Amino acid sequence: MNARLLNWFKFSSPATFYPLAGRLVPIFTLIAVALIGVGLYMSFFVAPTDYKQGEGYRIIFVHVPAAWMSMFIYLIMAFWAGLGLVFNTRLSGMMTRALAPTGAIFAFLALWTGAFWGKPMWGTWWVWDARLTSELILLFLYLGYLALQGAIDDTRRADRAGALLVLVGVINIPIIYYSVQWWNTLHQGATISMDNGSKMGVTMLWTMLIMALGFWAYTIAVALVRVRSIILEREADTTWVSELAEVRR
Amino acid sequence: MFNAFRTLVGRDLLLAMRRRSDLFTTLFFFVIVVSLFPLGIGPELNTLRLIAPGVFWVAALLASMLALERLFAIDYEDGALEQMLLAPQPLFVLVLAKVTAHWLVTGLPLVLMAPLLGLQYDMANDALLAMVISLLLGTPALSLIGAIGAALTLGLRGGGVLVSLLVLPLYIPVLIFGSGSVEATASGLGGQGHLLMLGAILILSLLFAPLAASAALRISAE
Repeated sequence: MNARLLNWFKFSSPATFYPLAGRLVPIFTLIAVALIGVGLYMSFFVAPTDYKQGEGYRIIFVHVPAAWMSMFIYLIMAFWAGLGLVFNTRLSGMMTRALAPTGAIFAFLALWTGAFWGKPMWGTWWVWDARLTSELILLFLYLGYLALQGAIDDTRRADRAGALLVLVGVINIPIIYYSVQWWNTLHQGATISMDNGSKMGVTMLWTMLIMALGFWAYTIAVALVRVRSIILEREADTTWVSELAEVRR
Repeated sequence: MFNAFRTLVGRDLLLAMRRRSDLFTTLFFFVIVVSLFPLGIGPELNTLRLIAPGVFWVAALLASMLALERLFAIDYEDGALEQMLLAPQPLFVLVLAKVTAHWLVTGLPLVLMAPLLGLQYDMANDALLAMVISLLLGTPALSLIGAIGAALTLGLRGGGVLVSLLVLPLYIPVLIFGSGSVEATASGLGGQGHLLMLGAILILSLLFAPLAASAALRISAE
């Protein structure tokens, strides 16, 4: 038990995590490329045409995984933020920081592809549906975090302030989600529900899962690359960084 | 502890009284924003009655946000905040006192002014009452939640815009239930459910926001 605990903390030091991340990046890049490649092939050529929505529905193979990821990433950020505040580890703040841009991109991607899907299906780019609205607010939360990080020069303060903001946000997400849902139902009744009542075909489900896993691997790879550069930036004047092969070159 | 609370509220109110222009800026901002909407939209009373809840609530949101910057900034600059952080009294109580005083100065005048402005929008009596109650429940919650943002951005460049970016998404539930209660009352559905939700949000933020704001102050003033 004790040995395992020690092992965990071993990698919480940037100096030991940096080479580990370096080894993991190519693996996850490979997985991401393979899964997204297979997923895209399946979504374009294997998945059958939907009898109601035609070919246009295929955008959901990007849309739904992106929306999932945008929500997952915020939760993972909250996990790292909590860890960072409790254990006072430097790496946790760096991980939170490294994940945020990817989360914001996925939130934006989900909104963007959703608009592309909505135009032919609902006849409008935007509906004030509960899910759309809460996704938009999630994007705002990401932007707020990034803006706060950008405004603070002291990295230690930036990490801790950002962690607190993410935790406050994560407590608020369910409140925001339910209030938006209430607001919507009280206003105009059910507009268009996202789950069209139709059962999703097995191939479609598999395609979506493969895409989601591919996005997952992409997120890990990108976050690790980003965390490596954050480590280099912040630890630039330590000896272990100056002894690195890629720095000495 | 209660002594510290009372003293701090009294001190902040006294300071606000000595600098009365600060006190009125928020109020005038609220009045002007609310009065601008009819000029932009047209004097049609039916339309105005329809948009009044939203306009009032968004204006209250913006006004409360504008005032946030001053919540801790002055104490931070003259070092009083550091003394509060070092004080033997729990920081929770001190933050709560500061927020209370801040709300009395910036929030309460809006609540009192709202029915007068509501007449400009030709609102019915019960809708006006719902508006006052919802603002009475909602604006303290806004001050409490905003205190977290104000504490996080203490002493940063571009603090004002940054605060709005951090705080506005968190304000959304208050906005929804606040304007919803007025709308529901005006349309005859009864705004009780919304008001109860607003009260719940207020209680939650009373419990948690001072905690988060204290943690943020400790981070910012380190």
